[in-house]
Amino acid sequence: MTLAVRVIPCLDVAAGRVVKGVNFENLRDAGDPVELAGLYAAQGADEITFLDVTATVDERATMYDIVRQTAEQVFIPLTVGGGVRSTDDVARLLASGADKVGVNSAAIARPELIGEIADRFGAQVLVLSLDIKRSTSEAARRGSGFVVTTHGGRRETELDALAWATRAIELGAGELLVNSIDADGTKDGYDLELIRLMRAISSVPVIASGGAGRVSDFPDAIAAGADAVLAASVFHNRELTIADVKSALTESGVVVR
Amino acid sequence: MVVLDYGSGNVHSAVKALEKVGATVELTADRRAVAEADGLFVPGVGAFDAVMRALETVRGGDLIDKRLAGGRAVLGVCVGMQVLFGRGVERGVDTEGLGEWPGTVDELRADVLPHMGWNTLTPPNESRLFAGIADERFYFVHSNAAQTWELEVQHPLPAPLVTWADHGGGFIAAVENGPLAATQFHPEKSGDAGLQLLSNWLRTL
Repeated sequence: MTLAVRVIPCLDVAAGRVVKGVNFENLRDAGDPVELAGLYAAQGADEITFLDVTATVDERATMYDIVRQTAEQVFIPLTVGGGVRSTDDVARLLASGADKVGVNSAAIARPELIGEIADRFGAQVLVLSLDIKRSTSEAARRGSGFVVTTHGGRRETELDALAWATRAIELGAGELLVNSIDADGTKDGYDLELIRLMRAISSVPVIASGGAGRVSDFPDAIAAGADAVLAASVFHNRELTIADVKSALTESGVVVR
Repeated sequence: MVVLDYGSGNVHSAVKALEKVGATVELTADRRAVAEADGLFVPGVGAFDAVMRALETVRGGDLIDKRLAGGRAVLGVCVGMQVLFGRGVERGVDTEGLGEWPGTVDELRADVLPHMGWNTLTPPNESRLFAGIADERFYFVHSNAAQTWELEVQHPLPAPLVTWADHGGGFIAAVENGPLAATQFHPEKSGDAGLQLLSNWLRTL
């Protein structure tokens, strides 16, 4: 009787297509989001995450149609992030078939948004998405050394990653998507130190993101304290299947579905 | 089949999942449609008191009572299950529930909340909802649940079938009590096992 660790493929979507780039740059086409979501669900994915990676930059609304079509075919939880700015955006995504929404820049700009969403829909709907970077800025040196970034990692803020996560949980975030901008796309493994620090301060589930390359990276993230592991390119490039990841987790004694 | 429409979160998935297993589904709170449907699916997402208030706007408690009085099936899911109990205590807010079953819904005593993900459960052997899928995992996302079962049923009425799960302690994951059934997890989000459960429920109607 144990909660299974979740394996979550992430589909970064731009203009209706799945894309993948290193550190959010040089985006390449990786397929049709609805089709890929169906494929991953059939392979045993425990959830699907869509991130509209152009939403913040291009001020573009997220892709309600893709969510709707996916939710008609795929009966596992669906998280959608990117460009979520208001409780009305959340309502529209939930009505389209999303179960959870990822909130990032808008919550940094206006933290009260977290409480507004949690009050209206419950904390379990709200995934706080954090793009985190190791920094040598003065702000970082005063804190944990990890700062929150915006605009897909291109802009550093002065927010300490741990302090921001702590505050967001108090305000009503139900889950943390901890994405390492330094590790993202490198395939050198998750930032384990960052996961450990986040686990230590978090009372809500922690999803490790950024850097998965080998099967062994996944059990490492769980050992560091993650409740779920998220990856994108290793799945899209067919270097690993969901089943490969789950076998590796099982061999390390981690319970999976 | 009717999915009760009262402004609760993601009802799209519930409609699609029921259609997937062969039901004809209407999303509505129309009193006549609700009364006449073969089965009523009551979704529920968010805070207990918010769900109760939203239910009141469509006189949901009354709709459910009328169906149950006529022996017509109702399936409550997630907070749609929680509100069937006597009361809910969430973030210090104490709210009266629909009171179909005695008992209180309150916060789980686990280190990490919400309880989010795929967990196992222990259905009784006689369970019809879990026929063929007793060993599967189902998708939970909640922080609160009923942690005791208080209803005592006198012979000759059949005893309710209570299915337990564990996250920081035991809690009620599902109940089958005559025409009234409920699951704390989301069958509409539990992949093939969840679809099978919905199909099992349809078969009982």
